[in-house]
Amino acid sequence: MTAHAEEHFAGTNKLFVSIWVWLVVLTLIEIFLAYKTMSVNIMLTVLLGLSIIKAALIVAYFMHLKFERLSLIVTIVPMLVVCICLLFVFFPDSFRSSGLRYKFEEAPPVAPAPVEEQ
Amino acid sequence: MSTEARAGHFPAVDWNGGAFPYRVGHRKLGMWLFIVSDSLTFSALLIGYAYLRASNNWPTPFPFYPSIVFSSVMTFCLLSSSLTMVFGVSASAKGDKAGARKWILATMFFGAAFVVLHLIEWKHLLDEGLRPFFLPEHWAKVFTLADGTPPTALFGATFFAITGLHMFHVATGLIYLAVVAARVKKLKHEDVEISGLYWHFVDLVWMFVFPLIYVLSVDMHGALGH
Repeated sequence: MTAHAEEHFAGTNKLFVSIWVWLVVLTLIEIFLAYKTMSVNIMLTVLLGLSIIKAALIVAYFMHLKFERLSLIVTIVPMLVVCICLLFVFFPDSFRSSGLRYKFEEAPPVAPAPVEEQ
Repeated sequence: MSTEARAGHFPAVDWNGGAFPYRVGHRKLGMWLFIVSDSLTFSALLIGYAYLRASNNWPTPFPFYPSIVFSSVMTFCLLSSSLTMVFGVSASAKGDKAGARKWILATMFFGAAFVVLHLIEWKHLLDEGLRPFFLPEHWAKVFTLADGTPPTALFGATFFAITGLHMFHVATGLIYLAVVAARVKKLKHEDVEISGLYWHFVDLVWMFVFPLIYVLSVDMHGALGH
């Protein structure tokens, strides 16, 4: 970070175009993966991994955070990551309630049959 | 000794930032803090969606055309709008206000294209019968499990809430950028950069919404006969 930071916007247009190309390529990989048969866990991990890479590219280069002071980065990034991870505390309950669902033993409920005339 | 006098003795070497510890203006810091809080809003919504998805029989109804084609083109529009926004901020840093305005208008064009395409995509689903708390009848039939468990009608609620809130952010961003483009000659460079931060954030959120909502709900085996 140089001292004359105020009017200085680091990064060349060539760099930004190459970041854009990376983002488009990663998106195309995601669309390609959509039509591959694989377990939902692996698919979710790969897709989230790609999304985090894309988000990091956008934040670092487009939002310019890579060229900001380290103090700004350590103030806003770690606490956001920790807060988001804390939200995962709900998932055990989600998996539990999935096992509690009412099991239909016969046909699923449909509209009540019309009353037959005698 | 008064507080002000003591502040004057503050060891500037340790602090090393003077009145600007982050070396950004207070408005830019404010936008970063807003972005952090808005990230948590979207994280909470997406994790709520994941919670419901993991505990329910979730329908996967999106056909290649129109849903995936439309959402992919929309992703391309947003990514391109981010690129033009960077060019705008770059031009503004060089003092080229006319260039900045031109690139911001290009950004608005891509942003508006995103909203229009998204509304058309919504209309496809609404026409098929999807509502926030109801599935179309044929979806309910096709996605019922072998043990008779019907698919959850919350699909529509999560879909419209998350994509709707994101679309609202894009629409708000368009108004924000319009104001910045109109007043660009009076604004400081940092104000243009701040509007760029907001716009890139809207793009960033879509990088999570697109794979989690669209890519993971593809009708891969053509269950709906598309």
